[in-house]
Amino acid sequence: MDILYLLIPLSTLLVLAILGVFAWALNGGQFEEIEREGERILTEAPDIGSNLDFDQAQIATPEEESRPEQFRL
Amino acid sequence: MAQSITPQQGGVYEDGTVRLFTLAAVLWGVVGMAVGVLIAAQLTWPELNFGIPWLSYGRLRPLHTNAVIFAFGGCALMGSSFYVVQRTSQVRLFMPKLAAFVFWGWQLVILAAAISLPMGYTQGKEYAELEWPIDVLITLVWVAYAVVFFGTIGIRKVRHIYVANWFYGAFILTVALLHIVNSAAIPVSAFKSYSAYAGVQDAMVQWWYGHNAVGFFLTAGFLGMMYYFIPKQAERPIYSYRLSIVHFWALIFTYMWAGPHHLHYTALPDWAQSIGMIFSLVLLAPSWGGMINGVMTLSGAWHKLRDDPILKFLIVALSFYGMATFEGPMMSIKTVNALSHYTDWTVGHVHAGALGWVGLMTIGTLYYMVPRMYGQTRMYSVKAIELHFWISTLGIVLYIAAMWMAGVMQGLMWRAVNTDGTLVYSFVESVKATFPFYVIRLAGGLLYLSGMGVMVWNVVKTAQAGQYQPLRIPTAQNVVIAGAHA
Repeated sequence: MDILYLLIPLSTLLVLAILGVFAWALNGGQFEEIEREGERILTEAPDIGSNLDFDQAQIATPEEESRPEQFRL
Repeated sequence: MAQSITPQQGGVYEDGTVRLFTLAAVLWGVVGMAVGVLIAAQLTWPELNFGIPWLSYGRLRPLHTNAVIFAFGGCALMGSSFYVVQRTSQVRLFMPKLAAFVFWGWQLVILAAAISLPMGYTQGKEYAELEWPIDVLITLVWVAYAVVFFGTIGIRKVRHIYVANWFYGAFILTVALLHIVNSAAIPVSAFKSYSAYAGVQDAMVQWWYGHNAVGFFLTAGFLGMMYYFIPKQAERPIYSYRLSIVHFWALIFTYMWAGPHHLHYTALPDWAQSIGMIFSLVLLAPSWGGMINGVMTLSGAWHKLRDDPILKFLIVALSFYGMATFEGPMMSIKTVNALSHYTDWTVGHVHAGALGWVGLMTIGTLYYMVPRMYGQTRMYSVKAIELHFWISTLGIVLYIAAMWMAGVMQGLMWRAVNTDGTLVYSFVESVKATFPFYVIRLAGGLLYLSGMGVMVWNVVKTAQAGQYQPLRIPTAQNVVIAGAHA
């Protein structure tokens, strides 16, 4: 089973690399105010282009009169 | 109203490639599933091989698996990852021309597979059948894909990297590593090569690849989809964002070691088999954590599940994920495996994951993305989505129930011995007894395929009714800029 001398070190190296990325994420502030980050994707601007009556567009831009230009090319 | 977009205003998202990928995913879904239905019919009635080599089961089966996994699933993953990474990073795709190369390069890979597999060119490795020149092309396209994806992360305007991108990123990196190690081969001619490994060594590399391809291509990638599109469609944040982070790290730390469960009772050393089994059992925890996290996103808003067929697709996909990730660890227990191995139970298990988890998740995601690729908020017909949902679900139930029964029956027949130690049944008797289940499986597959037909109609109608409007990237005032956050 010589192949295990390749696969086990390879998988171990990978785990170490994952640990490294995890440490980067931890120290880089990726886990700060974590629950708020989960909500951000819902408060992004509308997810379709202009020329439509779209409710979310109103939420994203309170000033109604600026909406058409804001989202129109 | 033609106001031009200046760089200060953030520009627009690059959705051309995303649109092509979504359309390609629908097309390849139909093709891959149609081939699946044909080979299911061939198993039921072998006359359907017609004596034509390039229509024979042995050549079409890898075509089916490659088409549904890498063409249907792959296009959906690439398209949705480009969609998600731009919106969660609030920045235009890094190197859009390279992204277009990823699309056309990937289509070329699919085309090469569709031609070379029926012609009989194969490396004989499951889910890695394509011959070496195509493997080289896959590597090039994949590196380009990684550059575009991670480049976009690199230039992001939001400091936090949303959890979906972590899953997509792990999928891209791991598949690159798996592909390079497993496809290492020595070419002897333009279309023939031999694996760099031999015997049980080759088997171990193959299933280290095979299982991690399931783990990172068919699980991590689609979990990325799940963590973006379920909250978006439900209009609610994920149940616990903290748990989604735990889910990610727990899953990627443990997945790598489960491969040997594909080689129970083979020449693989016993201890390696046992390690594979233990890690497979451990995987139940992160898998179910993630499944519960996704489903509970609807907590307090369950009525949405009744009214919204897209959510039905996404949530039922998660139910199948839960089911398959419970069944998988159970089947990895060596005593259970002694019954299930080599039977159609395995085929049923794979399809619970493939049709249920991957298929429904992809279809739900496509129903979310396609109208947005044509400047609309919803598909042409919501009723058709509902119809598609029920047809597919019924198809899956028929398919996996038939395979469970067939598998357990085969396992019991193969192990039955007379008092004098001889076998009670010959192999062909078990094949004969499986016939009715193969007919039911075929019916299930046909239902699932007809659901895709409904989808094609709906996608064409949606595309005809709308036109893509470039979507403006939110301006800096609205978002937390990378680094600006104390």
